[in-house]
Amino acid sequence: MRPGAHPLRRTAEGARPVDFGAFVRARSRAGDLVVQPRMGFSDPGTMRAGLAATSAADATTVGTITLDSYTRVGELASVDEALSTGAKLNGYPIVTYDRAVTGQVLAGIRDETFPVQVRHGSAVPGDIFAALRRTLINATEGGPVSYCLPYGRTPLDESVRNWVRCTEDFAQLRESGVEPHLETFGGCMLGQLCPPSQLVAISVLEALFFCQHGIRSVSLSYAQQTHPGQDREAVAALRRLCGELLPTPNWHVVIYAYMGVYPTTDEGAYRLLDEATRLAVTSGSERLIVKTVAESRRIPTVAENVAALEAAALTARAARPGGPAPAESDSQTYLEARALVEGVLELSPDIGHAFELAFRQGALDIPYCLHPDNHGRARSYIDGDGRLRWAGIGRLPLAGLVGPARTREATASGLIADLSYVQRAFDRPAMESGAFRDRGRADIAPPESGSS
Amino acid sequence: MHGATNTVSPAGARRGTVVVTTVASDSHTWNLVFLQLLIEELGYEVINLGPCVPDQVLIDACRETAPDLVVISSVNGHGHQDGLRVIDALRACGELASTPVVIGGKLGVAGHQSDAAIGELMSAGFDAVFDDSSSTTREFSRFVGTLSPAARPLERTEVVA
Ligand code: B12
Repeated sequence: MRPGAHPLRRTAEGARPVDFGAFVRARSRAGDLVVQPRMGFSDPGTMRAGLAATSAADATTVGTITLDSYTRVGELASVDEALSTGAKLNGYPIVTYDRAVTGQVLAGIRDETFPVQVRHGSAVPGDIFAALRRTLINATEGGPVSYCLPYGRTPLDESVRNWVRCTEDFAQLRESGVEPHLETFGGCMLGQLCPPSQLVAISVLEALFFCQHGIRSVSLSYAQQTHPGQDREAVAALRRLCGELLPTPNWHVVIYAYMGVYPTTDEGAYRLLDEATRLAVTSGSERLIVKTVAESRRIPTVAENVAALEAAALTARAARPGGPAPAESDSQTYLEARALVEGVLELSPDIGHAFELAFRQGALDIPYCLHPDNHGRARSYIDGDGRLRWAGIGRLPLAGLVGPARTREATASGLIADLSYVQRAFDRPAMESGAFRDRGRADIAPPESGSS
Repeated sequence: MHGATNTVSPAGARRGTVVVTTVASDSHTWNLVFLQLLIEELGYEVINLGPCVPDQVLIDACRETAPDLVVISSVNGHGHQDGLRVIDALRACGELASTPVVIGGKLGVAGHQSDAAIGELMSAGFDAVFDDSSSTTREFSRFVGTLSPAARPLERTEVVA
């Protein structure tokens, strides 16, 4: 802990954290893309150093505290075990540490020019939200669907109940003069191979869920997929649906650099980050979450995170905003997303309940998701032109919008080919120019054809 | 667990049953879907336990199905610590004392497992460790190829037949 650091004073005006959403929107209006790392370390000193370095980076940044996986599933005994043996966790165990420890991590770093968001991935987030309120951390991320189906085996109805309660409690931060902010993770579902229209739809629906339970400051995520043109179309659809449906003007869009199998070469990793940055700028998005050269292998260091933030900021300054998308153009992605959103909203006025019914009936259906509450009939594939498309819609309300199902037998090598499409495309130039130095092994080795 | 993948069902009998699982804190599933397909293509029936598998769920599933192989996959960086705990629990069940159990993936947060770390997993009772940075799925396929169905105790054959 830093000697002489003061704990956060609840009463002092200056100690109240700013609204994360208002901050990002103001920076965006001033012409800056806000960039943010995915960063979390078990050691409080390293966590603090990471926040300080993010704040000092040559970029317009906000800070991140990503929580570890034990905390996400409530396995706190394993956190204790790791802390006692000195084993490193994949994030910051905010529930285990005393509130004073987290207070010291933030002290003198978080302020009105540098808001901090906690990112986790829990369908049982009661303890996490309690820890946030204790330290007046007023920005976090999640959603009843996106923090459930890709993150474990908690039943969806239980996740919905937990998220209703936590969102409503979080909204009460306003009573202490602090505006709570929630970001949807719905624009990411499983990281890869979920067609963009469904990412857009779930992101919008989760934002509506947050608003229904008292939140007024929201952001909506969209993760870069396999085709830049399709991604631009998706973000335009997302922004249009936000304008049409959200009951608050305080919303913004956050782009995630690719969330699937990442390039293994430094050059490939940076080119993919560049493309995500250009997507953010040309689509008029306000914030970008970066990935680093270490993504394909391990948790990145502070220095790798700072390098990624600064690279993205540099690209953003050079990129030209695309201007607002023409509102009348009903793109394929918009039409599909709109049909999916309407298909859910008509099931129940209570959005949480509508989510449960939708997954039961297959009105939402995530390709390749193993969660027991997922319908499991929809399938996706990457088209010859690189667009991510529906191979089969199961019972999604997209009949008339999507062509007939393609029958393809699922094989290990076929799956790996689709999963590593982006990795291969972005590593190829580096590999061909011989710039690739052997870094152990590529993460994905094509399997031997099976004998059966 | 349902609907993960269409199982490839070649004519003829399966060589046996393999349990594919991850550890309690790990939510990644693409690794599990991939391993299921790969192992099915090697001729085995796969029971895929899905994400975030509590130790007890794994133990119960293994007791019930008496698998020919248990494949533990973890990529979130906690696999080493969780693997040590899980193998203790599995080996403590008499009927699972000699079941082949392997672990693989990205087992720590620092990029690769040291020889000492791999040694620790092996001496805790794993039959093989497939660390991402030092092994390939080809080596795993070869390992599966060396499993001899005939070596299985008779009563187990009946369960999977
Ligand atoms: C997609 C993804 C996600 C998705 C997962 C959705 C889902 N349900 O699966 C989402 C976004 C939800 C996610 C969440 C998280 N993730 Co993640 N994720 C990835 C990513 C980008 C791709 C993984 C993937 O799909 N690979 C495709 C499959 C087919 O391959 P694979 O898993 O790499 O496995 C291969 C080999 O390892 C091998 N293998 C694996 N297991 C085994 C077992 C045996 C026996 C054998 C032989 C082989 C083998 O076979 C596969 C084919 O070669 C990777 C980074 C990357 N690789 O680019 C990070 C990554 C795995 N995630 C990581 C982390 C830390 C997390 C989080 C904790 C969040 C965080 N702190 O960043 C949470 C997990 C929460 C939890 N409770 O576990 C880290 C792990 C770090 C480490 N080990 O040091 C990675 C490496 C990213 C990073 N560099 O930080 N993630």
